[in-house]
Amino acid sequence: MGEFKVHRVRFFNYVPSGIRCVAYNNQSNRLAVSRTDGTVEIYNLSANYFQEKFFPGHESRATEALCWAKGQRLFSGGLNGEIIEYDLQALNIKYAMDAFGGPIWSMAVSPCGSQLLVGCEDGSVKLFQITPDKIQFERNFDRQKSRILSLSWHPSGTHIAAGSIDYISVFDVKSGSAVHKMLVDRQYMGVSKRKCIIWGVAFLSDGTVISVDSAGKVQFWDSATGTLVKNHLIANADVQSIAVSDQEDSFVVGTAEGTVFHFQLVSVTSNSSEKQWVRTKPFQHHTHDVRAVAHSPTALISGGTDTHLVIRPLMEKVEVKNYDAALRKITFPHRRLISCSKKRHLLLFQFAHHLELWRLGSTVATGKNGDTLPLSKDADHLLHLKTKGPENIICSCISPCGSWIAYSTTSRFFLYRLNYEHDNISLQRVSKMPAFLRSALQILFSEDSTKLFVASNQGSLHIIRLLEGSFKHLHTFQPQSGTVESMCLLAVSPDGNWLAASGTSAGVHVYNIKHLKLHCTVPAYNFPVTALAIAPSTNNLVIAHSDQQPLPNDKTLLYNPLPPTNESDVIRRRTAHAFKISKIYKPLLFMDLLDERTLVAVERPLDDIIAQLPPPIKKKKFGT
Amino acid sequence: MAALEEEFTLSTVPLGAGPNGLLGVEQSDKTDQFLVTHGGRTVILYKVSDQKPLGSWSVKQGQIITCPAVCNFQTGEFIVVHDNKVLRIWNTENVNLDKVFKATLSAEIYRIHSIQGTEPLVLFKEGAVRGLEALLAEPQQKIETVVSDDEVIKWTKVFMVFRHPVLIFITEKHGNHFAYIQTFSSRTLSKYTLFHGQEEKSVIQNFTASVDRKFISLMSLSSDGCVYETLIPIHPRDPDENQRVVRSLLLKTVVAGNAPSGVALTVLDQDHVAVLGPPLPASKECLSIWNTKFQTLQTSRELPQGTSGQLWYFGENLFMLHGKFLTVIPYKCEVSSLAGALGKLKHSQDPGTHTVPHFVNWETSRGYGFGSQNSEQSKRILRRRKIEVNVPPPAFEQLLSTIKKDSEKDIEVELCKFLAVKRTPDFHAIVGDIVLELLGRHTTEPSFYPRNSLMQLIQTHVLSYSLCPGLMEAALEKTDVQMLQLCLQQFPDIPESITCACLKIFLSISDDSLQETEINMESVSDCSDPVQEKMDEQTEILQNGFNADEQNCDSCDRKLNQKPQDAAEETTSCPVVPKRAALLNAILHSAYSEMFLLPHLKDIPAQHVTIMDWICLLLDANFTVVVMIPEAKRLLLSLYKFVKSQICICSELNKIEVSFRELQKLNQEKNNRELYSIEVLELF
Repeated sequence: MGEFKVHRVRFFNYVPSGIRCVAYNNQSNRLAVSRTDGTVEIYNLSANYFQEKFFPGHESRATEALCWAKGQRLFSGGLNGEIIEYDLQALNIKYAMDAFGGPIWSMAVSPCGSQLLVGCEDGSVKLFQITPDKIQFERNFDRQKSRILSLSWHPSGTHIAAGSIDYISVFDVKSGSAVHKMLVDRQYMGVSKRKCIIWGVAFLSDGTVISVDSAGKVQFWDSATGTLVKNHLIANADVQSIAVSDQEDSFVVGTAEGTVFHFQLVSVTSNSSEKQWVRTKPFQHHTHDVRAVAHSPTALISGGTDTHLVIRPLMEKVEVKNYDAALRKITFPHRRLISCSKKRHLLLFQFAHHLELWRLGSTVATGKNGDTLPLSKDADHLLHLKTKGPENIICSCISPCGSWIAYSTTSRFFLYRLNYEHDNISLQRVSKMPAFLRSALQILFSEDSTKLFVASNQGSLHIIRLLEGSFKHLHTFQPQSGTVESMCLLAVSPDGNWLAASGTSAGVHVYNIKHLKLHCTVPAYNFPVTALAIAPSTNNLVIAHSDQQPLPNDKTLLYNPLPPTNESDVIRRRTAHAFKISKIYKPLLFMDLLDERTLVAVERPLDDIIAQLPPPIKKKKFGT
Repeated sequence: MAALEEEFTLSTVPLGAGPNGLLGVEQSDKTDQFLVTHGGRTVILYKVSDQKPLGSWSVKQGQIITCPAVCNFQTGEFIVVHDNKVLRIWNTENVNLDKVFKATLSAEIYRIHSIQGTEPLVLFKEGAVRGLEALLAEPQQKIETVVSDDEVIKWTKVFMVFRHPVLIFITEKHGNHFAYIQTFSSRTLSKYTLFHGQEEKSVIQNFTASVDRKFISLMSLSSDGCVYETLIPIHPRDPDENQRVVRSLLLKTVVAGNAPSGVALTVLDQDHVAVLGPPLPASKECLSIWNTKFQTLQTSRELPQGTSGQLWYFGENLFMLHGKFLTVIPYKCEVSSLAGALGKLKHSQDPGTHTVPHFVNWETSRGYGFGSQNSEQSKRILRRRKIEVNVPPPAFEQLLSTIKKDSEKDIEVELCKFLAVKRTPDFHAIVGDIVLELLGRHTTEPSFYPRNSLMQLIQTHVLSYSLCPGLMEAALEKTDVQMLQLCLQQFPDIPESITCACLKIFLSISDDSLQETEINMESVSDCSDPVQEKMDEQTEILQNGFNADEQNCDSCDRKLNQKPQDAAEETTSCPVVPKRAALLNAILHSAYSEMFLLPHLKDIPAQHVTIMDWICLLLDANFTVVVMIPEAKRLLLSLYKFVKSQICICSELNKIEVSFRELQKLNQEKNNRELYSIEVLELF
């Protein structure tokens, strides 16, 4: 196929935020994940775990609880004391409502999906009625003496269990009064700890309450009598999360040592109906605290401080070997964080609160496959652009000519003009951006850097002509009537005539830019679009979907062809393949052609991320 | 650990010291009820736990009680002596002592003894002893004189030895003490002169005694504050001869010498004595509990208002005067046991074992269906687990039918086939069923004992006692120690009774039959053959050119060991053969709870008492006490050596770990340095 010079970039110092909560929705098979920076991501488990939506983070909005309610509605609660509902269509926050109980630590939706409970710092448990377009405060339960860290409804909806510090309360929902108070042993390996924090509770239909706490215990309580039934000491550190399967025959807990334990309800003997909770499998896929776990019908899902979302399928529930049967470790966001100026060999890196502009190095040497060429000039860090305000950057882009940088947060859109004078760069902000431009989901410059395409969160698509130091609004493609789905992916043809745009579920729209009208719509495929591009000479639109199946059929072999040294033409032709594979790279966040013979690849080795995390709980391997 | 509980006062009436004080406290036939005789005229029956009197009787003005009231355990009546010669016998229904049965004797009474299992015995001041019934039949009978003139009875006690009473009394004449032992089984009276040994000057102040099978251990508290012990044989070789017994020092200076208000001593159990008196000349009086075996003070209680030098011990209560009131201090001594000590050890280890969860490689253990099935089925059905979970595989049915009728050999073959099939989640339950099936056939057909199959099933590591009850019983019946050992190692839930039954078998099996059986010796592998050890000592082995022994930490221990080595080799060698030791280790490593184990341990027959003694001796006290006995020195030394080598290994391992981490870090840094490079990639 050819020889390329590859710029291998490993200086994109991106560290994802730790995972704080996960919430699994059985109806839609979707998983909501919140991170410590306030970002909320939605993964479609049916679509090969594709991260189809995300809500950007906010400095003051640390989510501590996340849950789904009836009708695919997503709620979160955080340390700022607000309950937030997310608009999953428009990809923005529908409303935020103060619960007036101080920081919110826990949340639970009633089994019927119409009531929402929040547990607050001041020890109050508050019940909200979920109305079609909002939530309405109904009443407080008996106030407890310290913060409510975990909540769980009994499947019948008559009682709830609330985990606090040193004890678990069982409330009657009708009266709102505590029926039982179950004190948890503070003892930890014979030493009395100061406090025992109940990190999680789960209420089973037979009345059993399962609690996990900071002393490393998983305990089974009888809620009818308020007595401890069984105790499993599983860790030396905190057990921080618990999730029970819908059938209540299996549950999963996560510990601060990074271990996830699977418990199953197993028959004691083959012909007795007596069943027992047994700790069946430990998994060590994490290095740090497992802050959140979820239990889908076929998999155990865990996430924590080490930023990975791990999906471990339960092999006994998997019928067919496909992608679903493999262990998944999702570390990086499924969206573009890097853009590239081909002309000036610049890379723009997007972080949560700043942008970095780097110039690639150069070489004059040549070599053969696998050689590392001596650099005549090293890569340069040109610019560090910090955002104002507490909001995270949603998207960013640098123009191919390198003269424009645009980025957007939830409420503001920024456009900068860059001037290059020898080695000096000056940055000038283009002021007075129109109001309709705020909150862009995707930004793209045309190949000749004269036009700017902005996909807003209302489903509209703006085209702006860029002039020297100013701009002009050319056109806005309004979404088709009846849809509000936002466009997340944009691609423009190199000749500047065509623009392809795609949302998460509907098809890909192709617009004619010359005539400023919709050209056609590619019919929707049953997996979401993950990437779009238009080929340079042919103007063919290439669409990648999340089912990861670019191959004609299952039988096609995929391998890295060997150099044609001593193989005959026949063999070479037989093994010829459209896909050339190279496996030498670490996880790739970006890849682009700078010119015909030059590639740029941005790698992010996982070890580098781990090195930047706080040290994990040290487990001594030898001695005591 | 011996402990004194909160004290309480019994009588509300203040008592005087001396003749008007307390004469005695005696048990009644009902538990918790005690007869308290006040010097002078009154006898009161108390219920101790309620701290209240149940009855009170007084003699007439002018009469005086001279001997503490006792209870006749055979009739439930009470007996008291007033004016030295007059016996009064009554029961709780009587109100006035003046109107109850009265018998006037011909000689003066020193003391009436009454203990469970025999009639009351009357000891006269002249040393003669009579049974109460014989005395009442003829009150005026002639009472002979046993002791010489000027010889005065100082102290007396009665014991039951092999269901016969034995009475001891101590007399004094011109500062010399004599002990008389009256046995009733052989009707002999033997006299001993108590030889004081070197401490001639000290005056004996108080006596107490306990009885063994052959000896009465007489303890005396002398004016020098020390407790001496004298062993007096119950059945002397020559009863007629006046024999001498020597006393030996038991406890040094437990009370200050020459205490003004008198001191008292009483035996509590085999190893503990209670001492009443001031511990230092100037200090207040104290009740102290001493362990005689380890010579340690276990606990003490100050009695600031003074006491009278009188101390009684019944059941769990110590009675004494505190100030002017009769005070009861409940005393408890929990017998510390090996089971307790090990149980505690086990508990403290438990969390530790949890900390190192051994992670199952799930891919390999669960997913080995991948390869074979992929090639067979184009659809790549991963597994048909759902079916397997509910219906046991056909191999199981086959196996069950084989078990019902075929020979042991056939069963083994089928079992191998079955075990080769992959494991289902309910594998443990199925294996349990197979074992039960095998045992079922064994019970109907006793000659059928499929040992190999059972061993194989136990080694699947999924069985527990509750899954296959009866397996260990069958092995016990067959004295199959190898299987028992395996079960003990594998099963987490063996009842204590079975553990004890195993212990019994392991102890009773002869060395010869042990020699023939195959036993896993892993647990005693470090107790290398003594012959081998000797050889090692003789040849100095150079490892890699240097002497390893001198380099390592053993060199310091060597010096300690060198001297006693030869002697120790003979005396401290393990009293059991290594195979038995391996079996005993299996017992010690099995899980049990002290509470349930102890009752069964009592069933261990007496001929094994040596081993039990040996084990108990090791731990029958607190650790701090154990470390003080000289016998533990060697044990401690080897423990010290062992721990030291463990620490050595751990620290080396930690060093290796750290080195590896550093290497890893270096490696990472090397990679990190190449943050940017331009490489050539050729795609063909």
